Amino acid sequence: MNVNGPKILFKIPVLGGIPVTETVVNGWIVVVILSVLCFFLGRNLSARNPSKKQIFVEKIFIMLQNLIKGTMGEHNMFFLPYIGALFAYSMLSSLCGLVGLRAPTGDLNTTVAFALVTFFLIQFFNIKNKGVGGWLKGFTEPVAVITPLNLISEIASPISMAFRHFGNIASGIVITGLIYGALAGLSNILLGWIPVVGSIPFLQAGLPAILSIYFDVFTSFLQAYIISMLTMVYVGGANEPKVPVAQKQ
Amino acid sequence: MELAIIKAASAIGAGLAMIAGIGPGIGQGYAAGKAAEAVGRQPEAKSDITSTMLFGCAVAESTGIYGLVVAMILLFANPFI
Repeated sequence: MNVNGPKILFKIPVLGGIPVTETVVNGWIVVVILSVLCFFLGRNLSARNPSKKQIFVEKIFIMLQNLIKGTMGEHNMFFLPYIGALFAYSMLSSLCGLVGLRAPTGDLNTTVAFALVTFFLIQFFNIKNKGVGGWLKGFTEPVAVITPLNLISEIASPISMAFRHFGNIASGIVITGLIYGALAGLSNILLGWIPVVGSIPFLQAGLPAILSIYFDVFTSFLQAYIISMLTMVYVGGANEPKVPVAQKQ
Repeated sequence: MELAIIKAASAIGAGLAMIAGIGPGIGQGYAAGKAAEAVGRQPEAKSDITSTMLFGCAVAESTGIYGLVVAMILLFANPFI
């Protein structure tokens, strides 16, 4: 059985050796795949006679647009590129497990990066909309005694976001590793006594594919949806539209 | 000897940490049951109900995930060894 963290592939020889892990390299692969996809899907677009490819891409784009309009509001539409990139990167990273690469989102560093971006966006928009004084005052509401609890809940949301995504993908990796180990052991018990054929773990073919549908395809789509949805809800809550004075009363 | 005790205790602790799975199990089952009820009452809102339920389920899952993370730290990245 082998269940490991991401392996260190090589080290960059500056500052005492910066380790480059599987996570980073697989992340590069995902970025390259996404860039190539964007390049080919964005070419030869026409308004008169759209190809099937263009209709498909436009369908996805409109779905994303409606989702952001529904959760964040019309004034937050400039977030579309970030949310789309987050969704695509998260989903394709988790889908890496299908081809045997270690999923970059199965590493806490990646998901903490996603969560930290959201955390700083929330704080940035709170400061921008309320001013530094109003932002600091926001922690003491409704009463001053509750300030520590407010600070904890502010820090807890990015932590829970990061752990949720990491835990789901990593548990998939662990359970898949356990199943592969168990199937190898079982086929060794059944056919281990035959000289050459016995060394082939024949049970490993086929069966894990059924689990893979849940752990790789469904979970990766769901977690990508969840993390982009949570980002939209949190950031949309921090950047609410300014209500005109006349309507306020 | 001491190391063996630490390892055994970590394995037991990891198992105990996974008891946290009970809570999300009950919560998600309840949410799914309510969603089934809602679809039965209002079948035309099926897609909205499904996406809301999946979102709620995934958020309710986080306490279970904390237990899982603790168990995985105890098994694979044990701070006591």
